[in-house]
Amino acid sequence: MWQRLVEEIGDRGFTVVAVALDSEPGAPEPWIEAANPTYPVLIDRAHLLSELYGVVNVPTAVWIDEAGRIVRPAEVAGAYEAFRYFDREQGAIPGEHLERSKQVRRAYLDAIRDWVARGAASEHVLSPGEIQQRRQAADPAVAEAHARFRLGQYLEGRGDDAGARAQFDEASRLHPESWAIWRQTAEKLENGIAGGPAFAAQVAALGERRYYPPVEMAGMPPEQ
Amino acid sequence: MTTIVTLTGSIEVDAAAEGDELWMTADDLRQLTGYELKPEGFCLDEVCVPVPRGQESEFVRGSEVNLGAFWRQLDAAIVHDEGGASWSIGEPPTERALRVDSLVAPDFTLPDAAGRPHSLSDYRGQKVLLAAWASW
Repeated sequence: MWQRLVEEIGDRGFTVVAVALDSEPGAPEPWIEAANPTYPVLIDRAHLLSELYGVVNVPTAVWIDEAGRIVRPAEVAGAYEAFRYFDREQGAIPGEHLERSKQVRRAYLDAIRDWVARGAASEHVLSPGEIQQRRQAADPAVAEAHARFRLGQYLEGRGDDAGARAQFDEASRLHPESWAIWRQTAEKLENGIAGGPAFAAQVAALGERRYYPPVEMAGMPPEQ
Repeated sequence: MTTIVTLTGSIEVDAAAEGDELWMTADDLRQLTGYELKPEGFCLDEVCVPVPRGQESEFVRGSEVNLGAFWRQLDAAIVHDEGGASWSIGEPPTERALRVDSLVAPDFTLPDAAGRPHSLSDYRGQKVLLAAWASW
């Protein structure tokens, strides 16, 4: 996903560190091979990144400056939920939503380009106050969800599938906003994607709520 | 042996599980969490968390300490499987708050597809787009 960007601006003190929130051994590797990235791609089976950075879905990204400080906390990385508008009769996603996907992605990539070119002077670099505002407040239920997810992964690794399932179900109950927990532990289609009827039902249950909450960022297309 | 899953991996500890209580030596608790039992209470560097008055026996039993009671005292997550052989603990909220307020990106070490470990701190000096994705 990031290879072209890295080829474009990767020589200016910028790198992508991509992390696969993938618990199943062997699952992310084919995707990594196909992408043939020149930047590091790491595998996070216990979803540590979710726990440390407050990630609830993918693609999500955090901007970190040269001093190792967060300048943009975890947010959706240039994605738009066009898939929700798939028209069964037409057999396609309407053009306006495909166009919006492109605009969201372009705005996000342009923001990264601006940051790489202008550093702290970029308007996309957030102030500490803005960062604290955008961050998830500490929630004991979410903390417990992460602890149970890790426990579930450990139990699954030891072959205790029933024990693991109990932990995963409780983790999702405690942290319902986390698509990462739900999709990682949901039944997968043959291609490894948690995109079957259960997923469709979960998405439908969102109602007006967004699968990918819109990102507050200069250059993003306005909300309708 | 009891397994305790933390953010940095899983550790085997010689501990006794009694429901939601987990008794281990004070030394094991210190190695696991960094907190040291002193007369003032459980101390991490200069900060001490006193044992609640009248509840000492729930926290300390001779040379053993109860990670369950202590971790809940910190409002930190501590969970276990049905049998009590496998436990998982989360970061104490006070530590998390300090970390979050500092805006320092928390370091981590994860393997690449070839199994080589990489830490976020390896990339200090560059701008990093830390991008999460998944095959699911």
